[in-house]
Amino acid sequence: MSDILLRIEDVIKSFDELEVLKGISLELKRGEKIAIIGPSGSGKSTLLRTINYLEIPTSGHIYLDGELVGEKQVEEKFVRTSEKMLARFRAQIGMVFQGFYLWPHLNAIENVAIGPQKVRGISKEKAFALAEEMLAKVHLDHKIKEYPERLSGGQQQRVAIARALAQEPKLMLFDEPTSALDPELVGEVLKVIHELADEGRSMVLVTHEIGFAREVADVVYFMDEGVIVEYGPPEQVFEKPRQTRTKAFLSQLFSH
Amino acid sequence: MFDLAQTIYFSKVLMIGAVMTVKITFGALIIAIIVGFIMAAIRTYSKIRLLEIMVNIYVEIFRGIPPLAQLFIIYFGLAYAGVKLEPATAAVLGLGLIGGAMLTEVFRSGLNALHFGQREAALAIGMTPMMALRYIIFPQATRITLPPLGSYAIGLLKDTSIVSAIAAPEIMFYARNLVTSTFQTTLIYILAALLYFILSFPLARVVDRLERKQRAWT
Repeated sequence: MSDILLRIEDVIKSFDELEVLKGISLELKRGEKIAIIGPSGSGKSTLLRTINYLEIPTSGHIYLDGELVGEKQVEEKFVRTSEKMLARFRAQIGMVFQGFYLWPHLNAIENVAIGPQKVRGISKEKAFALAEEMLAKVHLDHKIKEYPERLSGGQQQRVAIARALAQEPKLMLFDEPTSALDPELVGEVLKVIHELADEGRSMVLVTHEIGFAREVADVVYFMDEGVIVEYGPPEQVFEKPRQTRTKAFLSQLFSH
Repeated sequence: MFDLAQTIYFSKVLMIGAVMTVKITFGALIIAIIVGFIMAAIRTYSKIRLLEIMVNIYVEIFRGIPPLAQLFIIYFGLAYAGVKLEPATAAVLGLGLIGGAMLTEVFRSGLNALHFGQREAALAIGMTPMMALRYIIFPQATRITLPPLGSYAIGLLKDTSIVSAIAAPEIMFYARNLVTSTFQTTLIYILAALLYFILSFPLARVVDRLERKQRAWT
């Protein structure tokens, strides 16, 4: 088994005329934590969404654990796989969205259990036991029967994290997980993500929380206008940025 | 002159028709919901142009032709083509397809009301698009569209009266037969109307209650 869990290879993504990703490559080792920072509109969320093919790259390839995601090679050519095959890959990647997207017709434990039950075909009892365990992990074991509308934003996001954990994913993707939260609720969500990081999970985190990125990430990527401007260990990127664009972005952040 | 025995007799005959009316309503409703939902899903999510065009043709054709003409075409047209359907089967099929075209629009607005993130979250945990429709989108879309769905169901119950034209043995079919044999026009049609009301009134109440429940849920 190779050390590389995720490889993004020269990914370009265009929406009509607009090129949002202009050839991105990066690698993530098993157990590694990557933070992607950058101004809004820099393409960082789009990049994250290409990893599980919610956004289909215009060109370039994604490899998870050495296997092509969303594509297969027929002779020398790359062709799209079926939705079923794609779903199998997505099941190995947990994703947490900025807007939570809990399903309002299901209560907390059902939101978490439906994946194991329907996607992985686990029995209902086992799926609910697993879901309860995951909700405990995000410190919500007392809220398992609540419907999303009755939960605070921070609680909803923690249920969403539990939902992703219940996939028992190889990789977790966080797409600005605290950006939609009231300031006083940010801490409880970051704490949970921090705990997951400490477990040695592989993750890619798109965030505006610079302090958090610095604490958790092994590698920080700074993106701007669809390219990776620079990357490196957090101390280096945050304290001794090499590129003027990085410096400008960071000084703007800290001047507030 | 009011003849109680005769009235009871008429009512009993019409009741046989009422059972069929309910069966046809339920059958057509189920077909309409399934067809309408699938069509709406294609219109909302499909990237295949040809499929979309076919859905549009279906919707426009069924919306643009009077139900009675469609029933005749399905019943007699298919018979001409060698497919002999029972009148009741043709009625369920015909009303179901007509309803499907109507509900396509209803469901489409329901689907549009759902945030795209609802579906994305389902895909992200590894559901196929079909599973996402079934477990995540469908349950929510039907709740959102419950009020128009309810009024459609009530309308459908009353509209089943037209299928007497292809001799499906429902309330109006028996009513007409009774009129031909007894000439008690007014009494028979009042009884038939009463029967429709008895069927549709509780349905309207159920829809009301569901609507109130739904409001509590959202």
